[in-house]
Amino acid sequence: MHIADFDVGMLGANGVVAANITIAAGAAHGVKLLGGDQVTVCFFGDGAANRGPFLEGINWAGVFELPILFVCEDNQYSASTKTSDMTSGDSVADRARALGLATHSVDGNDLLALAELAEEVTSRIRETGKPEFLHVNTYRLDGHTYFDPASYRPEGEAAASKAENDPIARLRSALLNAGETGENLDALRHTAAAEMTAALDAARAAPWPADDSVFDHVQDVGSPAREAF
Amino acid sequence: MAMMSYADAAKLAIAEAMRADKRVWCIGEDLGRGGVFKQYTGLVEEFGPKRISDAPISEAAIMGAAFGAALVGTRPIVEMRFADFALCATDELVNQIAKARFMFGGQSRAPMVIRKPMGLWRSSAAQHSQSLESWYAHIPGLVVVCPSTPQDNYAMMKAAIACDDPVVYLEHKNIWANEGKVDTALPGEFGKARLRCSGSDVSIVSWSDTANKAAEAAVALANQGVSAEVIDLVSLWPWDKLAVAESLKKTGRLIVAHESVAVGGFGAEIVATMAQHAAPDFRAPPVRLGSPRSLVAYAPA
Repeated sequence: MHIADFDVGMLGANGVVAANITIAAGAAHGVKLLGGDQVTVCFFGDGAANRGPFLEGINWAGVFELPILFVCEDNQYSASTKTSDMTSGDSVADRARALGLATHSVDGNDLLALAELAEEVTSRIRETGKPEFLHVNTYRLDGHTYFDPASYRPEGEAAASKAENDPIARLRSALLNAGETGENLDALRHTAAAEMTAALDAARAAPWPADDSVFDHVQDVGSPAREAF
Repeated sequence: MAMMSYADAAKLAIAEAMRADKRVWCIGEDLGRGGVFKQYTGLVEEFGPKRISDAPISEAAIMGAAFGAALVGTRPIVEMRFADFALCATDELVNQIAKARFMFGGQSRAPMVIRKPMGLWRSSAAQHSQSLESWYAHIPGLVVVCPSTPQDNYAMMKAAIACDDPVVYLEHKNIWANEGKVDTALPGEFGKARLRCSGSDVSIVSWSDTANKAAEAAVALANQGVSAEVIDLVSLWPWDKLAVAESLKKTGRLIVAHESVAVGGFGAEIVATMAQHAAPDFRAPPVRLGSPRSLVAYAPA
């Protein structure tokens, strides 16, 4: 759940919806203070737009003119609730626009269009140093978690999306139209699947952490290894 | 050694740290105008508005953004204005700042000082007067400091800024103007209690402004022929168990005193720890002194 890789600048996935928005704004703030040239990219879902940190973090980025791209991956569901049933106004993007950010909406299942727009926007942020907002429209094919059958959705909705709007299938046909061969694409798919299988096997084969590792990385001062009880 | 106020002592520590390390900066509401209690007066003139930064009234964003800035290598001092308002940023402090290092397998640190002015002050009523230090002592990952004197507010602020763990730094609002001698050469040490006065009949364990009141009480008790020892814990996590245990061994009587509500207060932790590890040393049942479990009213008593 708490995936992070600071070596590549990935500052952590968050278990609390929208909590990453203020943190990401702060990462951009810190980069600016230190004189760095990185652009921060902050990903969250449509449900996050109904939490306070969405407002506070986007306002913050606007006030301090921070080089950050907010990316709302709008898959239409907030856990098991249809987001539109619990969201006032027409669009999440309207909220960011009201806070003074340049906003863009895109069909998130059209990967080539999305990649092109993301590149254009991040390049501009790098030049202007100002925040922008990308509203990515997509659909959640699976449940909220791996054990959620998502039976609250209207019958056939997910199947129709899978049949007509699967982003991987759409990318494949776009690449075929552009002259790529099916053979090459199949090989790519097999390579990726093999890489994931190997990672999964390695994880399953790895030992569980030692019991006393629960005291690692809590704090230096008053460390629980000495003070826990 | 100079005389200075409790407020100025912390300000001096901050100014020295900011001169020595460009990564240190302050963020909070009204800092450019010196802070709501004037505890930042003059700093913006020296360090500029980027390092003594104003902020919108967005506690969650102040805390969350400072955390994000800490993740990329800065060392923020976060001003929460009132400990009461800091509750608006509880997720950021408790779920994010305190846990990130552990959740991310040690990849990150949150070297932050989170200033939360606490305690009773004039007629400030129920939402501007709380002392919630026990909440933070309960959260693994946080260091908790409650200084009571200018000396400790200087030395512990210096230590807090240098610390790679997040430090919840609770200054008492009613003693900003208290004057005292400050020796800038004395280091602050977490988990090291200060013996405010030694005695042989009873140990009074306290912190924050109540430690000052306990020291006054010790004088009054001496006039009545009772020799009280006053231990100022200075930090609640870690806390100086050894100092309390040694004092209890000597006096056999323990009073824990704090301004916060007695029920569930940190005094209960102290009593429980001593009951568990030093039961034979008690010559009398321990006494907890704290506020009743009611609210702070606007009207003066």
